[in-house]
Amino acid sequence: MPNITYAQALNEALREEMKVDPRIFLMGEDIGHYGGIFRVTKDLIDEFGAERVRDTPISESSFVGLGIGAAMAGMRPVVELLFMDFALVAADQIVNQAAKLRYMSGGTVSIPMVVRAQQGGGRGNGAQHSQSFESWLAQVPGLIIVAPSTPADAKGLLKSSIRAGNPVIFIEHKLLYNTKGDVPEEDYSIPIGKAEIKRDGRDITIVSYSRTLLFALEAAETLSQKGIEAEVIDLRTIEPLDMNMILESIKGTGRLLVVHESHSNCGLGAEIIARVYEQAPDSLTMPPRRLGAKHVPIPVAESLENAVLPQPSDIVAAVEAMF
Amino acid sequence: MPLTPERLQDAYRQMLVIRKFEETIRNLYQQGKIRGSFHPCVGQEATAVGGCWAVRKDDYMTCTYRGHGQTIAKGLSVRAAMAEMLGKVTGCSKGKGGSMHFTDPSVGLLGANAIVAAGVPHAAGAALASQLQKKDNVALAYFGEGAVNQGVFLESLNLAVIWKLPLILICENNLYSEMTPSHATTSIVETHKRAAGFGFETMQVDGNDIEAMYNAVESAAAKARAGGGPTYIEAMTYRLWGHMMGDPEIYRTKEEVAKAKENEPIVRCGKRLLELGCTQADLSRLDSEAESIIADALQFAESSPVPEPADAFTDVFI
Repeated sequence: MPNITYAQALNEALREEMKVDPRIFLMGEDIGHYGGIFRVTKDLIDEFGAERVRDTPISESSFVGLGIGAAMAGMRPVVELLFMDFALVAADQIVNQAAKLRYMSGGTVSIPMVVRAQQGGGRGNGAQHSQSFESWLAQVPGLIIVAPSTPADAKGLLKSSIRAGNPVIFIEHKLLYNTKGDVPEEDYSIPIGKAEIKRDGRDITIVSYSRTLLFALEAAETLSQKGIEAEVIDLRTIEPLDMNMILESIKGTGRLLVVHESHSNCGLGAEIIARVYEQAPDSLTMPPRRLGAKHVPIPVAESLENAVLPQPSDIVAAVEAMF
Repeated sequence: MPLTPERLQDAYRQMLVIRKFEETIRNLYQQGKIRGSFHPCVGQEATAVGGCWAVRKDDYMTCTYRGHGQTIAKGLSVRAAMAEMLGKVTGCSKGKGGSMHFTDPSVGLLGANAIVAAGVPHAAGAALASQLQKKDNVALAYFGEGAVNQGVFLESLNLAVIWKLPLILICENNLYSEMTPSHATTSIVETHKRAAGFGFETMQVDGNDIEAMYNAVESAAAKARAGGGPTYIEAMTYRLWGHMMGDPEIYRTKEEVAKAKENEPIVRCGKRLLELGCTQADLSRLDSEAESIIADALQFAESSPVPEPADAFTDVFI
């Protein structure tokens, strides 16, 4: 299998889907000849032309809105936001429009649109370029939310997202683009809504996704040396959530830690833990825990940013405290 | 296709249907049979019918919460509209959308919208789709002059021009942004002048003159179909009723409203038809035909079932 980067995997997904489906077109800032700031759309303009790989002005609200209109008129737009933080600029179009128009029309229109954006910290980009929004976006009925952690998942899930026929928020992470992994050569896709066990273990279940999934795997190796075997579940899709896999896993481990980069406060970790208590209160042998960003804006200096965002060492410490 | 005298009679009846629809809704609202919001379009029927009848059924249109006129003019079933107002399962959105969200893609209607200016980029996106699909469909975006200070509106103007979209922007300038006179809140209240600054070809028309409205949109559509890009039409009109039910209308005088009634579009269209050779009996006949359409729709809506509670959980995704 070819070993390629996360960015290359996304590029392949776009290229392969655009080849077979003329309804797909791309919109975003600097995605044409520049190829996107993280090179996800590199060279696509040469192959598909400026009509289908469209550089937009810096006006997220309107070009997300145009994506919605084009989607209702039979196209399959893939819209790129330069940073997920800018989703707030387009929040009305994402939350009030894309997520609701099908419902409000009684199911007569559909919005087959993917909004891609990279998010997260770890690079000193500051409080307006480092946020993670999946927890509050998951509060909006009508959005599918996907957040792959590996190149293979990124490619397979982007294909599924484009084919989904519904509004999908496709979350990438700025520090995953250069990570490498094996990606199948043949055409494949990864189903939306299916988590995956990325590491088997019997002592504790660690649930994560996106970049902190890699931290969880790193922490699991450290813990293994200390005699604790962690099972690591990669959610891959935030909405709809694959609760079955989590419930199945904790039946065996009895312990649960949820790790994510979005803020802990009212975050996905709280939601998952609440559902575990609602659906399988007797599975846990001790109280579950969650790790997310602490409740301050994301700072720039490395020492500060590392204090706010969950680190592999924080995961190790949280797990050890449960034994 | 020009608006022939025969078709003008049909348009007159269509305006009457819209007027009577709003009057019926007001009655139902006062009887407590309607939930939620109602923003009547009484006085603005010519901008709706003149504009929507100047394009094809398969052309696209978006409009605002004051959109009962445009949506019916574009081809939305009056029965489905009435049933939606009454929260019935036979409504155009099965009772999930209500007054502000009439939608029917089978007639190109991509939705009325409850967020001011939010439907403008949707029409622009449909126009982009038409362009990408190498079709000759155009898209109409209706909005009020109260929308012109929204960011997404100004952003969409820019995109329409740089991408030369087959888009027709129709500003219904009724002088009031909700409950505030627009001149008090808008830097250049003659909104077509703003659009010209973006590079639009613009027109300002008498929006209460259905023929003027029709001709403006028809010529803009012909240009757009031929690849000539977008047009901005500012249609001057007047909202005869309040912004919404319960609006005390303290921002304008009764005299102003009375004067505006002399210029209202249905009366004017009736006079025009008499000039063209119609008789008063013809007008009465058109009026009773409109009355029948509304009576039928009301009967249909009232006799339709309400949605089952379980229906609340469908239609989120495909």
